[in-house]
Amino acid sequence: MRRIKLLRLFLTLLTLGCLIPGQAGRAQGGQTLTVFAAASLTDAFEGIGAAFEAAHPGVQVIFSFGGSSTLAAQLVEGAPADVFASANAKQMLVAREAGRIAVPVRTFARNRLVVIVPADNPAGIETLRDLARSGVLLVLAAPQVPVRDYTDIMLEKLAADPEYGEAYARAVRANVVSEEPDVRHVAAKVALGEADAGVVYQSDVTPDLAPNVQMIAVPDAYNTIARYPIAITDDTSQPELARAFVDYVLSAEGQAALARWGFLPAWERGARGGACSLAGPGARYAPALD
Amino acid sequence: MRRRPSAWAASWPGRALVILLAGLAVLLVALPLGALLARGVQARAWALVPENSVQQAARLSFTTTLISLAIILLLGTPLAFILARWSFPGRKLIAVLIQLPIVLPPAVAGLALLITFGRRGLLGATLAGWGMQIVFTPKAVILAQTFVALPFYVRAAQAGFRVIDREVEEAALVDGATPWGRFVHIIFPLARRALLGGALLSWARALGEFGATILFAGSLPGRTQTMPLLIYNVFERDVSAAIWTALILVGLAFLVLIAALTLARDHEAEL
Repeated sequence: MRRIKLLRLFLTLLTLGCLIPGQAGRAQGGQTLTVFAAASLTDAFEGIGAAFEAAHPGVQVIFSFGGSSTLAAQLVEGAPADVFASANAKQMLVAREAGRIAVPVRTFARNRLVVIVPADNPAGIETLRDLARSGVLLVLAAPQVPVRDYTDIMLEKLAADPEYGEAYARAVRANVVSEEPDVRHVAAKVALGEADAGVVYQSDVTPDLAPNVQMIAVPDAYNTIARYPIAITDDTSQPELARAFVDYVLSAEGQAALARWGFLPAWERGARGGACSLAGPGARYAPALD
Repeated sequence: MRRRPSAWAASWPGRALVILLAGLAVLLVALPLGALLARGVQARAWALVPENSVQQAARLSFTTTLISLAIILLLGTPLAFILARWSFPGRKLIAVLIQLPIVLPPAVAGLALLITFGRRGLLGATLAGWGMQIVFTPKAVILAQTFVALPFYVRAAQAGFRVIDREVEEAALVDGATPWGRFVHIIFPLARRALLGGALLSWARALGEFGATILFAGSLPGRTQTMPLLIYNVFERDVSAAIWTALILVGLAFLVLIAALTLARDHEAEL
């Protein structure tokens, strides 16, 4: 009898507990801004986020960093976010086509590729040509991750040049031993010394990474200028705040922060940026959007 | 009409609660799997699967998990036997140590393996001296799977060995059985169900291994891209294709589990 009474009490408490309105979801007296950003933006955006929070008391900026393709796929599936900063136009287009992005879409930073090798250079790679040597452990990002798209363009340009040729490109591709989920994983494998070489963005060689790697420049003729687009989402619950964040990224302070972390400015010197057409060498797949 | 209290009626709140909670547990597992199936059928996902990569990944997954299982059985059975039946200083420490990979986040496991078996790792120089490279090869996949799945088998086998009635063994001893004979004819048959259960659980864990694999072995189609890695990769290209690949994995695992459990039951009948 006692056991039954206890069970009844338990049931009652359980029911009452479910009726208490939940407080957990609400931020403690303030607004939260969720920003999906490409992995290569990790350091720069964390600094920008802190500065934005200082300028907007009560606001908390939460970042989700990852391969732009992963983030775009999450957005397509309905993941909640207020701002999306991608490393290429293609993934922004993926999110746009799923109806998650509100115009305008603006270019906020540019980047270029660089080849990195471990500090002690175990495979003795000095030039781009050495990447084709048999047995080199080359690590790239997975297909669809923007830095991989840019790398493929670089290899195509090299293949088109008679000095290197198709055989070169094929040999380099044959040396790929792993396709990482994002550019920071590529950098980590090289920094740890497990890979002989990797292709990352110039901005990924941060002060933290620099002591562990050597850089091999990719000549302009074969390099790609990556264009990073940023936009607020279609269904953001705080469009004013989201737009303020995008404006901050495009402002002098935001651009200075990006430059400090190795990014190229959003627009060429002399030209004024604005709503971009997302066309250009870094965006083979996007037609003019606005 | 007078209400007649019965034992059943008096205990209905208790039963209802038990059924409710159990039902929630079943729902928690069945709902996501059902949603996967429904979305896959709705999107006609089978038309979009990159055939070759699925075959490669499936072959790699099953080959590596079978090898991992073999290693786990070979190394785990003696370990479980010792832990269950012998008493020695440090026994408890070893028992806890073996269980650690279960609570370790897979990414941490991957990092630890990298630091041990990588080129710059603890054993890196030794392995290089023998001409062996582990990272970025299927060997790394097998190592990662074995590391995370071994504790599951040892745990189950240990329990199976512990509950064997010593009197039966002593009777065999009196009849002149050798230690090996005792193991084969008394201990193993009595522990068989627990061993099989542990083997299945550890195989399933090895099959689903992702975090340690991607950090330690990397991901390359045909060489190190197991089915979980393929699903993660295809997810970015096409969610429907990812769903279909996931369903294939669930289906294959389901078939193997059913087959193994049926076999186990047949054995009981023979006994």
